[in-house]
Amino acid sequence: MHWTLLSRLSISTLQIVGIAVGSPLLLGLMRKIRCRIEGRVGPPIAQPLIEIRKLAKRERIRPEYSSWIFTVAPIVLVATTLILVAITPIFSTGSSWSADLFAVVFLLLIGSVSVALSALDTGTAFGGMGASRAMTVGALAEPALLVALLALSVPAGSSNITTILVRSLYNPEWLVTPERLLALAAFLIVIVAESGRLPVDNPTTHLELTMIHEAMILEYSGIDLALVKLGESMRLVFMLALFGNLFIPWGIATRPGPIYLVIGMLSTAAKVVGLGTLIATVEVGMAKLRLFRVPELMAGAFVLSVLAVVSSLVVR
Amino acid sequence: MMFLSIERITGIFKDFRPKSISVPFPSEVTPGVQEASRRNRGSLQLRHLDAGSCNGCEMEIASMTSPIYDVERFGIKLEASPRHCDGLLVTGPVTRNMSGPLLKTYEAVPQPRVVVALGDCALDCGVFKGAYGVEGTLGDILPVDLEIPGCPPEPASIITALRGLVGR
Ligand code: SF4
Repeated sequence: MHWTLLSRLSISTLQIVGIAVGSPLLLGLMRKIRCRIEGRVGPPIAQPLIEIRKLAKRERIRPEYSSWIFTVAPIVLVATTLILVAITPIFSTGSSWSADLFAVVFLLLIGSVSVALSALDTGTAFGGMGASRAMTVGALAEPALLVALLALSVPAGSSNITTILVRSLYNPEWLVTPERLLALAAFLIVIVAESGRLPVDNPTTHLELTMIHEAMILEYSGIDLALVKLGESMRLVFMLALFGNLFIPWGIATRPGPIYLVIGMLSTAAKVVGLGTLIATVEVGMAKLRLFRVPELMAGAFVLSVLAVVSSLVVR
Repeated sequence: MMFLSIERITGIFKDFRPKSISVPFPSEVTPGVQEASRRNRGSLQLRHLDAGSCNGCEMEIASMTSPIYDVERFGIKLEASPRHCDGLLVTGPVTRNMSGPLLKTYEAVPQPRVVVALGDCALDCGVFKGAYGVEGTLGDILPVDLEIPGCPPEPASIITALRGLVGR
């Protein structure tokens, strides 16, 4: 059970590469599932990768009156997500440098705030509207996520995500406690809201009145747009992987060695694909919530996570 | 046990079988379209712009995205922002009111960009030829790379023409 610096570094690199390539493929898979259920053939699973490859070569236009914020935001989004992927236990617990739950939540927050700022920076009406909506949802979703993770940290006695994960591996009876199930529900709602999927936001909409995330990135083109798309898909996969590993911790590599790492990769991939399939299937039968109902959903998530914390403190 | 009959279970999966019809690849493509397809590499985003059409062409565009024609399987998507696009899909004759917005939208698309003229009106003003509100054909105002004739063109023929642009 000893991690050398080299093995830690290589695990982090592997996680970054795996998520960067795997996340557009997951989006493609989710789109494919959706299309199949709707009775259409649908684009190939690699289509998001093809789009990103094409966008990287296209001309980049920056609005005349935008500042450095517009330029920096996609890089910040991708960079914060890459840090998250590098430091959290995704394939193996050996990648953990210091995956504190507060650090994870705030790094996620930096990414979403930078995109919202870039939308304001363009000065377009849609950008500002999208930013204000995204922040309304985000301001309610982020605390819910924080408190849900906090509920998990109470029985483990640590706010380090790796410690929570490893301790729950050795105490499987924790996995079905009420606080865990409540936190699970809250976390899932947050994932759906943060990644801009139904019923909070419709990723394929172009209607002014319903756009949240799409409205913020209207002005991006070329490589900037490719980065934003990649960053958003990586965030989704990161959250799904974190969710999967925290609530179904089996499979993740807890000791060094390539065999454990391969098992960890396969199990994380299976968890993420399973969750993605579930989200895509449920989405087909769902309509978007009216914007003013979204805060209610988010408040529900927050209440669930507060209940989770309370019960984790009381039930013991 | 009635509701667990074999037909019922297989019926669920039969419903998921794609209902899309096959659409041919264009038999011949112009050199300009071929060059664009090399650039687009299997993915094409278009901004649809109604320069003054009767909405007949729009109906056909809308049915292009239905499960029957399913244009998305070829990597073709209609996007909201011209900044995300590779070109314009223009319908109708260019009316005086829309020629300004048309030029602005054209300039908002990153270079190099393609212009697709959809329907007889976009090609030669069709039934609106000589009307007082019409400024001219699309070709008078912008360089047109691909022409799709018909009043309105069928969804299948639109998709066939666009497949040349994606190269898929
Ligand atoms: S080509 Fe025909 S259907 Fe299309 S806009 Fe003109 S008149 Fe309408």
